[in-house]
Amino acid sequence: MADTRSITVTVNGQPYTRTVETRLTLADFLRHELGLTGTHLGCEHGVCGACTVLVEGRTARSCLMLAVQAAGKSIVTVEGIAPSETELHPLQQAFQDNHGLQCGFCTPGMLTTLLEFLGDNPDPTEAEVREAISGNLCRCTGYQGIVDAALDAAKRMRK
Amino acid sequence: MGAKLLGARVKRMEDPALLTGRGQYVDDLKLSGMLHAAFVRSPFAHARIRKLDATRARVLPGVRAVITVADLPADLRARRIPMLVPNPAIKQPWTQLPLADDEACYAGEPVAVVVADSRYLAEDAASLLDIDYEPLPAACDCRDALKPGAPVAHAGSPDNVGAKFTVQYGNVDAAFAGAAHVVRRSLWCHRGGSHSMEGRGVVARYDAMDDRLTLWSATQSPHIIRRNLTELLGLDEEQVRVIAPPDVGGGFGPKTIFYSEEAIVGLAARRLGRPVKWIEDRREHFLSATQERDQYWDVEIALDAGGKIRGVRGSMIHDTGAFLPWGIISPYISATTVPGPYVVPNFKLEVTVALTNKVATTPVRGAGRPQAVFAMERLMDAAARETGIDAAELRARNLIPTDQMPYKVGLVFRDGKPVVYDSGDYPKCQQIALTHGKYDSFAERQRTARAQGRYLGIGIGNYVEGTGLGPFEGATVRIGPSGKIFVFTGGAPQGQGHQTTLAQLCADKFGVGIEDVQVVTGDTGKIANGVGTFASRIAVNAGSSVHLASLAVRQKALKVASHILEAAEEDLDIEGGRIVVRGVPNMSLGLAEVAKAVAGMPGFALPGGIEPGLEATEYFSPPQSAYCNGSHCVEVEVDIETGHVQILNYAVAHDCGTLINPLVVDGQVQGAVAHGVGNALFEWMKYDADAQPVTTNLAEYLLPTAPESPRIVLEHVISPSPLNPIGVKGAGEGGTIPAAAAIIAAVENALSPFGIEISDAPITPARIVELIAAARTPKQ
Repeated sequence: MADTRSITVTVNGQPYTRTVETRLTLADFLRHELGLTGTHLGCEHGVCGACTVLVEGRTARSCLMLAVQAAGKSIVTVEGIAPSETELHPLQQAFQDNHGLQCGFCTPGMLTTLLEFLGDNPDPTEAEVREAISGNLCRCTGYQGIVDAALDAAKRMRK
Repeated sequence: MGAKLLGARVKRMEDPALLTGRGQYVDDLKLSGMLHAAFVRSPFAHARIRKLDATRARVLPGVRAVITVADLPADLRARRIPMLVPNPAIKQPWTQLPLADDEACYAGEPVAVVVADSRYLAEDAASLLDIDYEPLPAACDCRDALKPGAPVAHAGSPDNVGAKFTVQYGNVDAAFAGAAHVVRRSLWCHRGGSHSMEGRGVVARYDAMDDRLTLWSATQSPHIIRRNLTELLGLDEEQVRVIAPPDVGGGFGPKTIFYSEEAIVGLAARRLGRPVKWIEDRREHFLSATQERDQYWDVEIALDAGGKIRGVRGSMIHDTGAFLPWGIISPYISATTVPGPYVVPNFKLEVTVALTNKVATTPVRGAGRPQAVFAMERLMDAAARETGIDAAELRARNLIPTDQMPYKVGLVFRDGKPVVYDSGDYPKCQQIALTHGKYDSFAERQRTARAQGRYLGIGIGNYVEGTGLGPFEGATVRIGPSGKIFVFTGGAPQGQGHQTTLAQLCADKFGVGIEDVQVVTGDTGKIANGVGTFASRIAVNAGSSVHLASLAVRQKALKVASHILEAAEEDLDIEGGRIVVRGVPNMSLGLAEVAKAVAGMPGFALPGGIEPGLEATEYFSPPQSAYCNGSHCVEVEVDIETGHVQILNYAVAHDCGTLINPLVVDGQVQGAVAHGVGNALFEWMKYDADAQPVTTNLAEYLLPTAPESPRIVLEHVISPSPLNPIGVKGAGEGGTIPAAAAIIAAVENALSPFGIEISDAPITPARIVELIAAARTPKQ
């Protein structure tokens, strides 16, 4: 029988207690145990960035982290970004307005990465935005819409 | 009826769900009792499978089934996957078996599948299969594979010639005989992958009650998947429903074809009576999703003293890998793309399709065209140097003049129709790209930079692309008694925004917003016939069908309303989803009421001989492909110490006819260019001499990231296509097609002080440093 642990993790403000295999990744825990399928897996080796979530406010690749490592921690996923069911966060709205997404698969990781980045650097240059998302791969947009969305969001969030 | 939405920069309906984590991708499906599959794949490029023992895997707790070739029904064991587009030029029509029998022909070929309670357990068990492989000599480099005595990709084959054909018109040898200038180049485009961020994935559910299999696949072509599933599993169309989930995380070509995993997962679900899920991981995508672009070209161009092209001729070897699932579509498209936007009076290309022990090649964004444009544009740059004519001027002298449209090239395209460019203004496109690329002032910038020890270069790429390939993609438009407008189409999106663009085409006819139209895509249970989303064909085919079906429903609504309102049809209009009588403000009828009227009452005849239901189905079938075109002009800076290429400016003139939604088209062009940047500078799927793939993760195989991807200066030229009712042409691939040619031309131009010629793509930093070092070494 596989090795298991009981863990409590707070995700998007809500605490969850589950018994999990120690080898279960945080990404699979979020997606399949908690049903939070907004976090996506694009490579499962830490390069594409699609699975990026915020752990204690800092970005982490949930494919490279085990669920048990998140015990006692507070996590924000893409489902936890919008202020309410009916409203979008300014960053999300900027993505729609600037066509910052096509297939939407890399989008959760782009949003969490930019959320952290814009918190650290509220008034970035285009080059800084491009550097900030250089660990997130997108195959659809050529990044232009994403960069425009990030710059637009920075402006909105400074207001 | 005004077209308020057609052509408008409408925000996408798809976005809010995707931005809040509520998308519905195949891996998001969770069905009761669902099991998970892991495939066991050949670790060798070519091997005899001598023994396969699954005993240890079968007894692992949590394992529900291990399926090997011996566990397949006898008739399925030897039934190869049907070839999508057969062609008489194909000499060895190899397609894959559902599971390898006694021979594996590429590293990654499925040999068995394990189905278990979780993916983790399935992978545990997959490592417990005892398989005795006897490695066989492998065919790797497609040039070597064609040499006499080379190892054959399939044991027992006479050789590795998969197909052979010649594409030609005019008298090319006579054209070369009298030419003032002849320039010859040998060129090589490497393999790459599509690398949609979401891999492939399948969920299958068998319902014993009605003996029916439902299969969700992250596919571009659900109807093709259904056709193959019925054929392989011995079922009929009513027993198989294939659904492409509303959200598919990118496709770019390889998700078009039918894969053995789809058959095996379907079979497993049927056999076990429980839903089965298989999600491809990135390593599997590197190993087993189809790839493209490996081609070797030996080509030459003949020009007269004034720089006018007299002819182009040569040969090309196309690496198809171990199989030809799409037939010879990619190399055929390559061959017919060469003349492009230029007047090429005489042309001949001999093509050999080589079988190798690698995963099959099938169309990836651009589909054979990037290589052809690379060949033609490299020839044009070489010819410019040879003749001393400026590269842009030489092209301008040879571009097809607008007054010759429609222009008959002299070739037959893959749709079986003569290549006739339906519309376009190629000289104007090049001029616009040059203007945005600041081509005229470049020499000055280059001189100034050189004085500072910096190396700037500029390059041009022009192309024409046959899009909107038939035979059809249908649409049903239906308004039920609820008043909601539904559009059903077989086309399945992977991020292109079909729900929005198709809703735009429909909503205009009823004076409503796109939010009032629900577009249901890619479900064989919703529309009888479908082809798929590839070849930049949905806007042309499905778009035209939605347009026509919406018009038919509108017409019917007006007819019914005229009976109910007792008003002449010509006095009626539809505004905001209501039929109104012009000049009579208080007289109107909702679409729901019209739909209720044609739903009928038991026992009463419908008014005026009207047929039941407020719906129409149209299968628009274009007479031939609609040819889009474009010009790219790129300026780069090359760091001669590190080989790094920075794109300083990227100008695009793009003509895809009428734009349904410029926001969406801009995104398509920008993304397609980035794919071309990868093909030009980074993406190289490498194999060692034994055909063993050696770049199987995203750290070894580099995709362009944001800092390397250029900001695109884009201008649309709009030459509506006369071949469909909305005047559109495909827009999904054009950006990729000339990108590698233009970027590499710019790199070569930057390195001109070293006298370097670049003949292959991608040109990686390491390769640039190598070329500079070689150029600096004094020749012995």
